[in-house]
Formats: sequence, structure tokens, C-alpha cells
Amino acid sequence: MRSGTATVQRGKASSLALPRFRAPVLFGAFLLVFAVLAARSIYLQWFDNEFLQEQGSARYSRELEVPAHRGRILDRLGEPLAISTPVKSLWVFPAKFEATPAQIASLAKVLEVSPTVLRRKLEAGDDFAYIAKQLPPEVAERAMALKIAGLNEHNEYRRYYPGGETLSHILGFTGDRDVGQEGIELAQQEWLGGRPGSRRVIINRRGDAVEDVEAIRAPQAGRDLALAIDTRLQHIAFRELKAAVEANKAKAGGLVIVDVRTGEILALANWPTYNPNARNRVTRDAMRNRALTDVFEPGSTLKPFTIAAALESGRVRPDTVIQTAPGTLTIGTATVHDAHVHGALTVEQVIQKSSNVGAAKIALSLPPETMWHTLSESGFGTPPKTGFPGEVAGRLRPAKTWRPIEQATMAYGHGISVNLVQLARAYTVFASEGELKPVTLFKTSGPVAGRPVMQPQTALAVRRMLEMAVLPAGTAPKAQVPGYRVAGKTGTAHKLEGHAYTAKFVSSFVGFAPASAPRLVVAVMIDEPGAGAHFGGDVAAPVFATVTGAALRMLAVPNDAPVDNVILPPPDSVVDEDT
Amino acid sequence: MLRLNLVLLALLVACGVSLVTSRHQARKLFVDLERRQAEARSFETEYGQLQLEQSTWAMPARVEKIARASLGMQLPTAARVEIVRTGGDR
Repeated sequence: MRSGTATVQRGKASSLALPRFRAPVLFGAFLLVFAVLAARSIYLQWFDNEFLQEQGSARYSRELEVPAHRGRILDRLGEPLAISTPVKSLWVFPAKFEATPAQIASLAKVLEVSPTVLRRKLEAGDDFAYIAKQLPPEVAERAMALKIAGLNEHNEYRRYYPGGETLSHILGFTGDRDVGQEGIELAQQEWLGGRPGSRRVIINRRGDAVEDVEAIRAPQAGRDLALAIDTRLQHIAFRELKAAVEANKAKAGGLVIVDVRTGEILALANWPTYNPNARNRVTRDAMRNRALTDVFEPGSTLKPFTIAAALESGRVRPDTVIQTAPGTLTIGTATVHDAHVHGALTVEQVIQKSSNVGAAKIALSLPPETMWHTLSESGFGTPPKTGFPGEVAGRLRPAKTWRPIEQATMAYGHGISVNLVQLARAYTVFASEGELKPVTLFKTSGPVAGRPVMQPQTALAVRRMLEMAVLPAGTAPKAQVPGYRVAGKTGTAHKLEGHAYTAKFVSSFVGFAPASAPRLVVAVMIDEPGAGAHFGGDVAAPVFATVTGAALRMLAVPNDAPVDNVILPPPDSVVDEDT
Repeated sequence: MLRLNLVLLALLVACGVSLVTSRHQARKLFVDLERRQAEARSFETEYGQLQLEQSTWAMPARVEKIARASLGMQLPTAARVEIVRTGGDR
């Protein structure tokens, strides 16, 4: 450069001197350029810095999700009934997927599918396609280890239910992203659901996090939930219910076990049912928790409440005699029938023999409000409030609208509708000393006080009558349990379809044991038994006996009777009832 | 003056180097922590899976089936059950 300049200086004469203004102009021009650059850099540094900051941080920081999984559902003994575990799904954009035939073959081997099936999935279209859903993490890891271009994975949770079909109605299930859709899973979404957090980290060139920058959201893990259910009792209840529904060729059935002291629902079984772990072809019908969401007319299982109302009012005593001959009672244009003509019966015997005429006569001697009060206080017409979504209240019409024939039929459980849990709850009144216990599906901490419904001596008097009903002279000798005194009432109700009663039945039995100090209320309902027998004493009572006996032994409840206490009458002398 | 500057320079270099090494250490430890946390998560996952497996194997329905079918066991009738009361039990 220097030599060049020298040449110019030598070659040109001094007459070619540079113009005077040239230096200041150039200086000014350069100054301007630098000023512009400086202004631009100031602008980028302090004013319009968003874009570059973003670009910068995109190169060294990442937002990572901090997973939080859904809480478990446990039974009362801590056995898990629902657990979420991480799974991985593999997906591709077929257009961006590049794999050699050898790679596809090895992928098929890892996924344990045939290469043809896999290839068909890959060629399905150019949109997003799942190759395999909800794989165990280690399988997905092996698939990803093949390093096929365009094969992606994403994490999700899958919920498993070890109890399968025995508990599906209570638990319900979760849907997409492990959010509750049915049952307890739905009702307790707030409690069970975890909220994933996220945090920002600095990564190195290999993509590993090397430094925490900030926690954007702290993860909130789902909480565990303990149910009142006892898996062992649930198993017994389900097994016996299923056997009874099948043996009686019935349409459906339900069974509830309630702990008298705590109001906890220890078992709640329904048939038909479904497997929550594989619910591809499950109908809405199989999914219904009938014991809570369906109502039926209870039939004779309601009689004890009529009698209790009459005892409370002081109009009758357990030994008051009621004339039930000739076995019919005509009110207006309608007639109440008994299946057998019994003649004169004491109030106790009206329950024992389940006389409709007797119950109707007793009911008609009461003001409608008195009877309504007892039924309403016993929980009829109000939902059982177990914490299950969609439970129903049943129907108990206001006393003012009752016509005499309606009051008479209500005495033996027609013209009123209940669900099975409600019925079991109502019987806690007789199983305790006149208190209606609040029932719940959740584990509680101990005995619970109920709401007083009637005087203790009334409840105990009805309890004695219910104990008579399972004796050989009653309607349900098949409800007897070896080693325990039991008390209970059968129900055999004609089903109401549209506005007419049909020849289809709902057979039920509700009872409790041991009668000397009741621990469990067990309610059994069999819908439309179709194999001949339809009386509650033949269809539902044996289920009650098996389940109650097994449950009491399982809970190590001391015997209150010798083990040879069961006396079955000769088959033809059993008292059948009409409702 | 020069001596002081040299000492300060040496101090500066030493500080710089120690900063670099401590940063490096911190990152190494952080990577380690991350790995351990990932490990802890995977153990948690495995624990969940094992619980699931355990409760699936232990379901009363399965136990009963095996007891009845392959072990030939049966439920005792009430007559064959004796309830023994301990002193404190009523």
C-alpha cells in the first residue's frame, strides 16, 4: 500500500492536489455510517431486543415438562384399585418417514406385529399416524433405539384397574390424558388429577440440561383416594350376585353391603358389568351403576317402614291383631290381594307373613302425613349422597296428593320408587337404634352418628319382626345364616311398564346381621328373574345368606347363634308373598 | 507499580480460572442431579408397575380360582369354623 501511494505521489504532479473538502466529507460520511451502526446496535440492544433474545435462548434453553401423575384409588385396606403408569406411543408423519425395509422389519419385530401390518399403517396417508399406542416404556425405548428417521414418541399415562369387572361401576374410568370420565374417577377428578409443571433449563450441545434457570410452574401430583370398599367383600358380593343372576336367568342385579356403625359402603356390585381395562365394545347399558342410578318399586321391603310409622303413632302395638281375611281389601275400584289367606294376624305376623292386606289396613289407619314423615325421614325421596355422580333420589310424592288406594299400595312398596343403596341406607334405621346413618363410598375414620328417625324401642320392635320373617314360618327362611342371627325382609314387586303392572318381577331382600348387634346391612336386588322362581325369598334371600355369612366370617364378627341354627321348613310350606 | 499490576493480573487470571472450573463443576453436578432424578422417576414408575402387578396377581377372584381348580381347596362350612375369642374380645 505504501509503495502504491508513493507511486501515485511520484507519478502525479502536485498540481493534482486533492480537493480541500475531500477529507472532511469522507470523515463526515464515515462518521455517519458509524453513527447509523451505533444507533442500530443501541436499538437492537435496548429497544427491539425480543426477536434476538428469543433466537438466542432457543439455542441454549429449553422448557421441560415436569410430569405429575394421577393419584391412585385404594380400597379400605390400601390395596390399589386404580393406578396410572407411564406408557409411550410411537407416531410418524408418513411423508417424513424414511426407513429401509430392513429397519421396518426390525421395528415390526420390536413391536411384535407382522411387517405387512406395519407397512400398511405407514402407508395409510400423509397425515399424522400412530404406529403403536400405549406401549410399555421399555418396548418404545427399543423401537427408538433403531434410530429410524421420522419415528417419534410421546409420553402419556395409562390407567389400570386390577379389579377389572368387579369394581368397574364404582371406579368408572379415565379417558384422554388420564382425565376422569365416569364414576369416582369423574367425581374426584379435582382430588386425583395431577397438574404437570414446567421449568426452564440451559442445555448443552448434546441437549442435556446443564443448569436450572427458573421453575415456571411447580408440578402438583395427584393425591391418593381411599374408598370404603373392601376388596374381599366386593369379590364375594360380585361372585354371588353373578351366580344368582345367571342361575335365575335374570336381566340384571345389584348388591350392596353397608357397615352399620360407620355408614361405609363396603361392597357394591352390579350385573351386567364390563372390564374397564378393555372397553372397546362396552354398551352404555353395561356401564350403568344400577344400584345408584336406577330406581325400582321396592315392594314388601317397604312394609317395615309402614309398621314403624304405625308403632310410632301409638295406633298399634306389635301384638295388635289385624283381620286380613278374606285376603282381599277393596278400596274404591281397586282391590289389594294377599297371595295366601291368613286370617287374623298380629302386627308382627303381618311382617313375618308379608301380608299386603294387613299392611294396607294399618297404613289406612294413619294420616298420610304421618306415613310420609317416616318414609321421608328414612331417606326415601332424597339421594343417598354417597359421592357418586348421577345417583338418583327415587320418588316419594307429597302426602297431600295421596289418594287412599295410593296410601294403601305404598304400604307395601308400590307407587314409590327407590334405588338399592337408598334401601340399604333406610334399613340402617332398624339395624341401629332408630338412626338413619349417612352412607358413603369413601373410607371414614370411625363410627358415625346418624339422624334419629324413630324411638329406639320402635326400631327394636321392628327388628324383632324382621328376625321373625327369616324363621321357618316367615317368607325368607333361605336368608338364614349358620352361626348368626339375621333379620330382614323380602320383596317381590311387579314391574311397572308404562302405566301397567306386568308379569315381570323385581325380587329383593334387605337385611342385616348379626341381629343381636348388627354390623352389616346387605341389600340384594334381582331384576326380572326368568327361570321359574321369582319370589324374593327364593331368588334374593339365598344370595343374602351366602354373602352375609361369608362377609361376617371375613370380618371375624363373633357368632351370636350356634352354627346349627338354620332350620329350613319343608319346601311346600314356605310362605310366599305377593309383593 | 508494575509489581502491583502483575500481582493483580495474576489474581485476575486465577479468579477467572477458578470461576470457569466452578461453573464446570456446577454443571457436572447438575447433570448428575438430573440423571439421578430421572432415575428416581423411573424407579417410581417401576414401583407403580410392580404394585399393579402385585395387586393383579393377588385379586381374590384369581386366588380363589387357583385355590379351587389347581389346589383342590374349598370354603369351610360354618359347622367347621370355630371362632376363638381372646380375653379382651366380648
